[in-house]
Order: sequence, then structure tokens, then C-alpha cells
Amino acid sequence: MVQFNLPKNSRIMTGKTWPKPDGAKNVRKFQIYRWNPDDGKNPQADTYFVDMDKCGPMVLDALIKIKNEIDPTLTFRRSCREGICGSCAMNIDGINTLACIYGMDEIKGDVKIYPLPHMPVVKDLIPDLTHFYAQHASIMPWLETATNRPQKEWRQSIEDRKKLDGLYECVMCASCSTSCPSYWWNGDKYLGPAALLHAYRWIIDSRDEATGERLDQLEDPFKLYRCHTIMNCTKTCPKGLNPAKAIGEIKKMMVERAH
Amino acid sequence: MADVNRGNRPLSPHLMIYRPQLTSISSIMVRITGIALLGTAFLIVWWFIAAATSPEYFAVVNGLLTSWFGDLIMALSTWAIFYHILGRIRHVIWDLGYAIEIETAEKMAIGMFALATILALITFVAV
Repeated sequence: MVQFNLPKNSRIMTGKTWPKPDGAKNVRKFQIYRWNPDDGKNPQADTYFVDMDKCGPMVLDALIKIKNEIDPTLTFRRSCREGICGSCAMNIDGINTLACIYGMDEIKGDVKIYPLPHMPVVKDLIPDLTHFYAQHASIMPWLETATNRPQKEWRQSIEDRKKLDGLYECVMCASCSTSCPSYWWNGDKYLGPAALLHAYRWIIDSRDEATGERLDQLEDPFKLYRCHTIMNCTKTCPKGLNPAKAIGEIKKMMVERAH
Repeated sequence: MADVNRGNRPLSPHLMIYRPQLTSISSIMVRITGIALLGTAFLIVWWFIAAATSPEYFAVVNGLLTSWFGDLIMALSTWAIFYHILGRIRHVIWDLGYAIEIETAEKMAIGMFALATILALITFVAV
């Protein structure tokens, strides 16, 4: 359902302004979403000041610096710091991206950081991705085969392997799905760009033998067809992939097989 | 599916913090123009009903629809109908599997705003 306003318990209050670093010349202001499950209060936006002369270039560098030197209670996910694990996906400067590979030089003015949009918040910048992962599991993200297992590997031609380029690179960071207005309003039933890109990755795999079943499963008013090609997904993907195109290809296959 | 709202977890902000994109704005405008044009269609039906009812009633409705405010609505509707048609054509192109890339989608978005404006202006000059 379309719900423009946040529920009462989710409205963002003005938070604490943390002290500026002493003697710093090149200071940048950060506004960061905070919510603590233990204090019973509403979320708030805290203000931090970071000495940019003593900070790495990426947004994640600043977050780690804040956590190390200013406020150890600031909570966020991170792991690989090189855009391959997908843990530090968040809303930075109005778009969803990975904090570890988003340079602060790309942002004009203050740096505003929120959790991934329209998700239940576990704490601070950590969204609950349970439903997102369940949707991924529902598209059967594995090779489905009926023929007997070959003695060695399942073979694939170079051309067929090429069809997976631009699909297999997805790291499941959820940036695309949580940028999609359709997913905001119908995320309970609409699978969203990430799960659909993965669905297409298995549909188009020459070794997979369940293409028909996979398409059957998506033949539903919500799962696939809530995509209206708004393209926030493709625009925001930190890996430069194109979920909108993958969804378009599935829609095309649906029509082709009906004739 | 999975139980996602355990406890009193807040919902993270969405529309109010997400930066509008050329693609998303051009997309929602197709829907807004579509809904607005339905309103204009009702006005025209009202105009016809008035014409079939009585000369006095027609004079009232006709006066309203040809006032400066009625002209404004019709002018905006002219732009809206061109924009909406172009938006639907873009959807047909996409449904055929072409141009689902950010660069082309953004070019088409600018094209839709520009072409709708040009077509509306041509219509005003011609009428």
C-alpha cells in the first residue's frame, strides 16, 4: 500500500550534536540516522564533525572514524571494504550505495546517511533483510536439473556463459530493491529488482532445466508485474548492473512463450 | 513470507529522503498526467451533459470551461495528453525489449518533456 508518511514510531527527531574535533581545519558535517531498540525513543538524526585531513576518502572511512573516535555506539554493517560483500549498503546523499566504494568527493555539502529505505530498522544503519533474503530463496537460486549428473562439471559454451555477465556479479546488497517505489509500496508481494535479477540469472542459464517452472512461478500480478520500469534500481546499483533490463527480459519471455 | 516486524522496529525513511531521479520523475509524471486527464475527460462529459440538459445550464458550464481558469486546465491537459502518449510509447519500446538502459531512458525522459511542450505549443498556435 502507498503510505507517504512514516508511522508514528518512525518519525525522525533532531538528535545530538557531537563536539567538533580540536584543531581541525578541514571539517565536514555528517548527519546520521540513529535508532536504539533499547531506549524506547523515536529515531533521531545525530550530527557529527569529522576532520577530513585525517580521514580516508570513502564514506565508510568516515563512519569507522566516527565509531572509533567520537561515538562507539554508532552501529552499521561492514566487512570487505572493497564492494564485494555488499554489507555496507545504505542511503547516502539521497541514493542507495555501498559506503565502502562511495567517495565523499562525490557528495556536495553535508553528508546525510540513512539506512536502506522503507525497511524495518534493527539498529541505527542496520535494516532487517529477513524478508529480502526469503524472497531471494523463493526464486530457487540454484541449478535445477532433471538429467543425470555428468561425471565432471555441467558444461557450457562460451556464448552461453556470456549471457550470465552482468547478472552473476550481484552481491545482494539490497540497494536496488530498497530504491524501488514499487518495492516500497508492495514489497510484501512484489519480489523486487534484486530477486528478479537473480531469477533471470537462473532462467537464462543454459544448464538449468527448470525454465518453465521458474516462469510459471513468476506469472503473478505482483511478483513480477509490479515493475513499472521506474529504473531507480539500475540508476543506483553500486555494481553497475541493470536489474530493470533483466526484468524486461523476463516479461518478454512471458509473452514469447504464450505464442 | 518471513515475519519481518518483530518488536517495535521503526520503518526507515523512504520517499522523503530519496533523491528524485530523471527516470523516476518522468515515470510518475506518466501516471499523474493519466489520472489528471481522467478528470479533464469528466469535465468534457459534464459540458456535453449540460448541452443536452438546457441552454441555461449549458451557459453556466460553458462559461466555466471557457473562463481563464478553464483555459488553464485545458492548456495543461493539452500538454498532459501529449506527455502521456509519449510516456506510453516509451513503455511500448521497453516492452519490446529496447532501450532499458539509464542513458537512453534519461534521454527519452528529457525528450518526452521537450516534445510534449513543443507539440502543445503547436496545438495552441494551430487552434
